[in-house]
Amino acid sequence: MVKINGEPVQADGMTLADYLTQAQYDLKRVAVERNGGIVPKARYADLVLSDGDKLEVVSFVGGG
Amino acid sequence: MWGAAEMGVPSQEKILQTLEERHSKDLQARFSAASVAVCGLGGLGSHIAAALARAGVGRLHLIDFDRVDLSNLHRQQYFLPQLGMEKPLALRQTLEQINPYLQIRTDTVRIAPDNLPALLADDGIVCEAFDRAEEKAMLVNGVLETFPKTYLVAASGMAGLYSGNEIRTRKITGHFYLCGDGQHDTADALGLVAPRVMLCAAHQAHTVLRILAGELDP
Repeated sequence: MVKINGEPVQADGMTLADYLTQAQYDLKRVAVERNGGIVPKARYADLVLSDGDKLEVVSFVGGG
Repeated sequence: MWGAAEMGVPSQEKILQTLEERHSKDLQARFSAASVAVCGLGGLGSHIAAALARAGVGRLHLIDFDRVDLSNLHRQQYFLPQLGMEKPLALRQTLEQINPYLQIRTDTVRIAPDNLPALLADDGIVCEAFDRAEEKAMLVNGVLETFPKTYLVAASGMAGLYSGNEIRTRKITGHFYLCGDGQHDTADALGLVAPRVMLCAAHQAHTVLRILAGELDP
């Protein structure tokens, strides 16, 4: 299981890009930290999520 | 602008002493030594910068590409005589009326991935105060990727007349803090009202002061 924003998610073996798309995130509006470090945008398509990963996905909304 | 010249400006020592009496010498030394960038000088950024200037943060880096518009006065820390001025210059003018001894660096520029590294290289703390979600994401990713030791205080979600109690500060990971309610976008609420935006700006400015004081919890 992968922990995403505190919740257990069955995303093992998926790429980060695939998970985000499936979960309906707008990739232009997110920042993702994995196990305490930022995941560069360029790596979303090849980073494979594995059991025990802890992700924080921040999806920004407009206003400021 | 307000006839300060006639009054005589207090000396740097006098202003510093006043701040030290508030904060203690040790804490003020930390504030005075800090270098904080405010990216975006609208409803969030103009208030963040003013709060940090009042606290005596020694170096402020003000960055925005835009000019002061009449519609800005609905929320933003600008005044009628400043209409048409570049925002960094207008805000510096205002902050100099609070404390003329702060070092204020201005850049009237649109931040993008290609200029971000050079722009923010000297700032120990960066406040994200943009308006558009895509630009927020761009800045946050850019800072976290380029400057892993820099503290980043970003904002997301402050629109509408929802309860002010929903505005909070979260610590996402080691150097990344996020203020706001996390959900209310300007597109789906009545827009932004000054007090609710100021709540978020205050969270961000307060988080900066806490970081400088060594209080790293949100």
